[in-house]
Amino acid sequence: MAQATSPPDAAPGEDARARRHSTDAAGLGRVRAALFTAPALALIAVFLVFPALWVLYLGLTTYRLTGADAAEPQFVGLDNFVEALWDPAFWDSTWLTVEFVLGSAVVGQVGLGFTIAWLLRDRRGPLKRLVEGLVILAWILPSAVVSFLWVALLDRDSGTLNALLGIPGFPWLLDHPMLSIVVFNTWRGTAFSMMLYGAALGNVPPSHLESARLAGATGWQQLRDVVFPHIKGHVLTNLLLISLWTFNDFTPFMLTAGGPDGRSEVLAVHVYKVAVQSGELGYGAALSTIILLINLVVAVFYLRLLRSKR
Amino acid sequence: MAAIELRGLTKVYPGGVTALDALDLVVPDGEFFALLGPSGCGKTTLLRTIAGLEAATGGAVVIGGRDVTGVQPGERDVAMVFQDYALFPHMDVADNIAYPLRIKKVPKGARRGKAAEVGARLGLDGLMDRRPGQLSGGQQQRVALARVMATQAQAFLFDEPLSNLDARLRLEARTFLKKLQRELGVTTVFVTHDQAEALAMADRMAVMEAGHIRQIGTPAEVFQRPANTFVAAFIGSTPMNLLDATVRGDTLEVAGCKVPVPASAEGRLQDGERLVYGVRPEYMAYSDGPADAALAGKVAIVENLGASYLVTLDVGDVAVQAVVPEGREPAVGSDGHAVPRRDRALVYRDGELV
Repeated sequence: MAQATSPPDAAPGEDARARRHSTDAAGLGRVRAALFTAPALALIAVFLVFPALWVLYLGLTTYRLTGADAAEPQFVGLDNFVEALWDPAFWDSTWLTVEFVLGSAVVGQVGLGFTIAWLLRDRRGPLKRLVEGLVILAWILPSAVVSFLWVALLDRDSGTLNALLGIPGFPWLLDHPMLSIVVFNTWRGTAFSMMLYGAALGNVPPSHLESARLAGATGWQQLRDVVFPHIKGHVLTNLLLISLWTFNDFTPFMLTAGGPDGRSEVLAVHVYKVAVQSGELGYGAALSTIILLINLVVAVFYLRLLRSKR
Repeated sequence: MAAIELRGLTKVYPGGVTALDALDLVVPDGEFFALLGPSGCGKTTLLRTIAGLEAATGGAVVIGGRDVTGVQPGERDVAMVFQDYALFPHMDVADNIAYPLRIKKVPKGARRGKAAEVGARLGLDGLMDRRPGQLSGGQQQRVALARVMATQAQAFLFDEPLSNLDARLRLEARTFLKKLQRELGVTTVFVTHDQAEALAMADRMAVMEAGHIRQIGTPAEVFQRPANTFVAAFIGSTPMNLLDATVRGDTLEVAGCKVPVPASAEGRLQDGERLVYGVRPEYMAYSDGPADAALAGKVAIVENLGASYLVTLDVGDVAVQAVVPEGREPAVGSDGHAVPRRDRALVYRDGELV
């Protein structure tokens, strides 16, 4: 009990009674809140949930684009999945996709994005704006446009790169299709990682870095002991997002069309070729389901890591 | 252990702001030295320049006889406690304390031993495997101190070491820090904006304003004889009365009242000269009835300081403050008379002490 040695003159004011409405923050109540969200939920159901479930169903049939199976698809259970797992083309594509993700996302985008963010962290002025501007430009341009630019850059006879290197006639997209799309996707997607790490580095307390510097820590030791522990969560989130984006990326098709001879046929391209070009919609749907499962595994793996960090 | 010497130290920021303007300062070996000043006066910049976290634009920093002006922070053999303590959240207390030793490649066993030894000395025995997030503010501060002690550096630098503690803890930590520094005997420079903290802890102190040092001295000197009106106004928990005065023979005319020329300025003033008369509220004798050589006026405000009261008198159109012991505080609106102590009153000519 508080002891008032000198109580106030006025009586305490009237207490709150404006609390009759519902307990949620907006004060709407369940019914009205549900009504407000209903249109959005309906759109999500029609354009997202239903197609996803439809793909799951199609994967279990012999549905095709044309022919008898287009009119009356047969239900074949897990046959499509079994076929995929026995198909060397599927495993080739999976392996190429892993290469693509590790090369262009994990090493390329994360490495380059972090390096740029780290080098620019204390800089102000035109140089920083120029570098950021160029990197972000690569990110915001439409895929069709940048693909065309890269085709023009890598073209065998009149490409800019060959002109610069003085080796006309060198067929980049034919001789090094994977290298081409890895470098392309690194260039294309670095902006996201750069911006994310730029923001994350801004959250590292300067005094922690200075404390390490006073102890005599080298640049690498500062990264290891101060910067990395602070941005670990950002790194994992970043890896999760760009791994999944890159895994499902279809843009390589616009550079190499999966060729030559399937040597750059990542899974997204493989599904497109099977389902749309060959018309095997049922088999393509099964492949899509497998990709979905792989995505889930990757996501769960990262989320586990994220959680174990806390 | 080492003395710190600054010679013509200048720091100009890229924007053209001069944070330090040709400072000369010597902190002898083992001294506990305070840098005091209002925010933006350059005191933190000075500390960071000594540490090497800021590069000097001109002049030299000499630590223990070695010119370290161009030397990297890690090579200067100084250790610093940051305002936010800068403890690494992912390391436990022992690892935090031992971090500088780890960078110096001290073997693991030896550095754990050293961490335990220093930690025990600062009362961190049971906390060695906690994370900084699990510690109170006072414990975090002691971990930061322990980390500094474990380095066995030649000099310690503290940046506002007490400002993140709550008021009561701050007083305890003040006493603790002073005792610790005395025992260790390591040259220590600390930055504070709190004049009471500087007065309480420092052996000597520098009062800074806008990149210049306005006075260097012991806390007693700085408190009793501020070298200029800036220091006079800045030091003291109740600000010094600084009143316009005119010399009239051997008295001063202050706000329409006559007071004797202070002892320290006797014989050095010219008749008719216009000056500033300074006297601390603590150095005023207050009485309700008329008194000789008093500043007389009406009581405008009475503030409770605990064991004493701060009384503000309206003398003519200037405000004069005096500290009155408890039980003798006057009523607002009554007549009051404050007699300055002649041996403690000061006179400033053009802002500088006469």
